[in-house]
Amino acid sequence: MKKSVILGALTVAGLAAGAAAAGTLDDVKARGKLNCGVTTGLVGFAAPDANGNWDGFDVGVCRAVAAAVLGDPNAVEFVPTTGKTRFTALASGEIDMLARNTTWTFSRDVDLKFEFVGVNYYDGQGFMIPKELGVSSAKELDGATVCIQTGTTTELNLADFFRANNISYEPVPIETNAEAQQQFLAGACDVYTTDASGLAATRATFENPGDYAVLPEIISKEPLGPLVRHGDNEWGDVVRWTLNALIASEELGVTSANLEEMAKGTSNPEINRMMGTEGSLGEMLGLDADWAKRAIAAGGNYGELFAKNIGEETPVGLARGLNAQWKNGGLLYSPPFR
Amino acid sequence: MTILTDPPKESFRLSMLIYDTRYRSLTFQAITAAVLALCIWYLGNNLIQNLRAAGLNIAFDFLGDPSGYDINQRLVEYDSQSTHARAALVGLLNTVLVAFLACVTATVFGVIAGVLRLSNNWLVSKLMAAYVEIFRNIPVLIWIIIIFTIMTAVLPGPRAFRGDDPASSMLFGSFAFTNRGIYTPMPWFESGFFASASLNWLVVLAGLVVSWIVSRRITAWATAKQEATGVRPKTMLPVLAVWLVPFLVLMLVMGLTWEIPALKGFNFQGGIKIGGPLIALWFALSIYTGAFIAENVRAGIQAISKGQTEAAAALGLRPRRVMNLVVLPQALRVIIPPLISQYLNITKNSSLAIAVGYADITATLGGITLNQTGRAIESVLLLMLFYLTASLLISFGMNLYNASVKLKER
Repeated sequence: MKKSVILGALTVAGLAAGAAAAGTLDDVKARGKLNCGVTTGLVGFAAPDANGNWDGFDVGVCRAVAAAVLGDPNAVEFVPTTGKTRFTALASGEIDMLARNTTWTFSRDVDLKFEFVGVNYYDGQGFMIPKELGVSSAKELDGATVCIQTGTTTELNLADFFRANNISYEPVPIETNAEAQQQFLAGACDVYTTDASGLAATRATFENPGDYAVLPEIISKEPLGPLVRHGDNEWGDVVRWTLNALIASEELGVTSANLEEMAKGTSNPEINRMMGTEGSLGEMLGLDADWAKRAIAAGGNYGELFAKNIGEETPVGLARGLNAQWKNGGLLYSPPFR
Repeated sequence: MTILTDPPKESFRLSMLIYDTRYRSLTFQAITAAVLALCIWYLGNNLIQNLRAAGLNIAFDFLGDPSGYDINQRLVEYDSQSTHARAALVGLLNTVLVAFLACVTATVFGVIAGVLRLSNNWLVSKLMAAYVEIFRNIPVLIWIIIIFTIMTAVLPGPRAFRGDDPASSMLFGSFAFTNRGIYTPMPWFESGFFASASLNWLVVLAGLVVSWIVSRRITAWATAKQEATGVRPKTMLPVLAVWLVPFLVLMLVMGLTWEIPALKGFNFQGGIKIGGPLIALWFALSIYTGAFIAENVRAGIQAISKGQTEAAAALGLRPRRVMNLVVLPQALRVIIPPLISQYLNITKNSSLAIAVGYADITATLGGITLNQTGRAIESVLLLMLFYLTASLLISFGMNLYNASVKLKER
């Protein structure tokens, strides 16, 4: 878009779409860097560590895509976005993909013109309360003050839930997770609500996590996944199949430990096709044959990423639950590499 | 004999547009206007083209859809099933409320600080100088957040009021200061003339207006008498009676009672709640803009020549009367125009409300609605329209006032 240089600041939203034309894959290759939108900081999913390096489950997806496309998992520029800024950032071309606990909904997919490439975490909205309140069910929350992150689906689910149960509440809209946490700890709200994974991640950073409980009710379906702009299918395919490679490699038993061995060729043709020793899947994507191997090498397969960032061994401590492979009773199911 | 000849009729040549000073400025104005129009057309066209390329359009239908979200401070009826337009109205009223409150208190703070800064008392004037310099040199967003954070950290939560021996108790048994806001008793009428509370309040308001008109009459009568006889009749008692008696009678007839807030469930229920975000925003805007207004007031007072003060003092007026009768009326002329700008600043700065979760129009229409519907251009256009209209209205009203106090030349 040569036109937009001088006008960019004036009509950001309007010009937004202009940059959405095809060719993101070429742009990323030419730039040598992937611009990936993440949260402003949610431990386990995307947060900078003490050295300023971004780390987390969503960050892992960004790094896998960067590794597949550019050959370097560190060739990523992480752009922190809030619930409010994320879609503008993606639509305007400021970021190439968004990996930020974003719920796949009809209107975002269709009306906002985005393309969700898959689901990397099946989540649902929950409530966290201080144990001293003695509340055991979300239905007892009549009259409570609730902190919510504004600009998210949680805001709408919350209104629906309280209306359906005919109880009242007082919303306190907050911009970022960090501010919400501060308000909640100061007692300015009784309840904090967001995706259950987010609650677990937030609670993990509290001084006394044991004083707070997550209520049993899950009031919504929140399939979280990475998304790209609508209309650039080549780029969408790259991100989609990178995510699928991470999921399929766990299913097929390819891990970062045995990756080299597997890449030499195995008796399983699907692994061979994914690793590029058979067929030409990489070429079809516009990448080289080793793309999936590099994506897995970046941070391990889906299971490894999960265990390292948000699994039960970590402070976040999430069980696989719905996010187990379909063979283990979960919902993760990658289409075949064929 | 003289021969009169007409000056040679000069025919218009194209080069005259540049070389002839009669036409030159017109030429350049026309070129500038054309370039400007071209720029605007280019921007608009670019926008439309890009929207079309993305398969989007500009439509305001979304305003009629249910909003789906709740708002904590509602001055009109609203729930999550109301439309986006209704949500915008709720936000608009919240903006107007905080802007109005902040304009009033900022003026009070500003006038006090501005006058005191000129005080002969060293400590007082230095304190006021410190206030002005500290508050106007730190961004207002920081002040909003500081005040809100202090409020939530220092004041107790509603939980602290619970139990037989609570950590906090209500002031006079009826005011509760919590980190979610201040709860005060709410007056209401047991035997009002109408079923609706707002109609009853209108009756009270009408009563007050009548009192005001009568008291104006009394004052005018006293002035006329003073001009005729030189002696001003004492009017304080009658004026007081005109204000108080009808008001008290009205309250008695309508059965004024107070609803005291009480802790029920998670929060205080009943009474009037002044939310923490409103207080933080209101207070921050007031002290911040108050510092600017203080400087305007000081400039206005210092613009009045010292001779005026000295002359008034020579006539035997005491310092307070010198200020009230001689200096301030003249200083107002200098103070009002910059004061208009400060009022506009307050209105526009109130859009920082979302920092503390106050649901102003930027937070509802320009925040949640924009986000949930993805209608960024439409929402921002409506926001611009609102702020522009509000600012122009304030400006218009204040200019009328300015015209009424400015120096009248006869």
